[in-house]
Amino acid sequence: MPMNSLQAVWVPLALSLKVAGWATLINAVLGVAVAYALSRWRSGARDLVDAILTLPLVLPPTVMGYYLLVLVGRRGVLGAWLGQLGIELVFTWQGAVLASTIVAFPLVLKSARAAFEGVNSQYEDAARVLGTPEAGIFFRITLPLAARGIIAGVLLAFARALGEFGATLMVAGNLPGRTQTLSVAIYEAVQAGDDNTANLLVLVTSVTCVVLLVAAGRLVPAARKTLG
Amino acid sequence: MSMHVTVRKDLGTDDRRFALDISFVSESRRIALFGPSGAGKSLTLRAIAGLLRPDSGRIVLNGRTLFDSEAGIDVRPQERRVAYLFQDYALFPHLTVAQNIAFGLARGWRNPGRKASHPEAQRWIDAFGLGAITGNYPGEISGGQKQRTALARALVAQPDIVLLDEPFSALDPALRVRMRNELRALQASLDVPMLVISHDPEDVEALGDHVLEVRDGRIHGGGPVKGHPQIYAPVPAHE
Repeated sequence: MPMNSLQAVWVPLALSLKVAGWATLINAVLGVAVAYALSRWRSGARDLVDAILTLPLVLPPTVMGYYLLVLVGRRGVLGAWLGQLGIELVFTWQGAVLASTIVAFPLVLKSARAAFEGVNSQYEDAARVLGTPEAGIFFRITLPLAARGIIAGVLLAFARALGEFGATLMVAGNLPGRTQTLSVAIYEAVQAGDDNTANLLVLVTSVTCVVLLVAAGRLVPAARKTLG
Repeated sequence: MSMHVTVRKDLGTDDRRFALDISFVSESRRIALFGPSGAGKSLTLRAIAGLLRPDSGRIVLNGRTLFDSEAGIDVRPQERRVAYLFQDYALFPHLTVAQNIAFGLARGWRNPGRKASHPEAQRWIDAFGLGAITGNYPGEISGGQKQRTALARALVAQPDIVLLDEPFSALDPALRVRMRNELRALQASLDVPMLVISHDPEDVEALGDHVLEVRDGRIHGGGPVKGHPQIYAPVPAHE
């Protein structure tokens, strides 16, 4: 394999892994926290909030990308303020992280909320009566009992972030070596008629996603066993 | 041991309303609340443990006020020193028998380690003959072992009282008789007062000195177990 072809795969793959890794890390913390709050919140507004947070799952990624540009672009509502702080999101890999995070967020939210709601509240009551403070109950009972469902959601979110195209392209653009992720690189290779590179990139992407899905699939039935 | 309970709570759903209005005083160390299912026994127990907040009332245990709606006192369940034996034991499924028993001894955000040993937990493991299954998970042990584990877990915390919610309903009849005798022997040997709720007259006879009958969310009568024949009366047809 010629050196430049290896380079053509490795650079976007490394960038995709970096972007998807950060997006997953952020979602694992934020998604789990919001899911827990929603699973405990007794209010009619709960379903509305859940629906709004699930929007990225159903809206076209280009629409999400457009919203993000309006929000964090140079003349955007938050963008101008971020710019004063020296934070630039448009056409940067951090912008790609933001796009991937938001598009993959509902996958963690949905799985984690279902996992939290599947935890029998009697275990939490039992811990309460045994003198365990509320934070202790979360880390010692609720989180471990919901863990498998959460991990399955986080893996799905990673796979989704890895394959992110539309919103990423709109926010971060297509700068080789800087914001050109795997899926964007595939698009460009096909447009340029470079079939060899396209085939290689497609193969690498497919294998990575299949491995992740198998891993997630193994965790989901196991989660039911634990909770049931 | 002295217990003073006055609890009022309206539980309204659209199709069914239930008013809990329980009031009793007992000096007994072996109290039994007897009545059909749905009478409000479990709700009373949950209120005493602090897991259900009454609309109004007062709960005083050995002179210590746990709840008083007028004085604005509502001690958190964590600080009530009241142990609760759940109907299906509620053993933590992701922790071993030993970790379950030592659960109340571990503070902070981490569970007791799988290898860690606490003298206080070990004492109850020995007392209940659970030594051979300390490394097993709740899903792997028998009903009787589950009950012993749950009792050990409750007693490790050195509670002021143990509340038992239908302690034998999850067991088959033969085991029920054995565990009932075991619990009666435990009552005789331990210093801890117990309040048991049950719909089974045999439980009440074995485990209660002071029996209170609960129906439709109210105490209907009470007394020493032998002098209280109406507890064996059939439940009215509308229930």
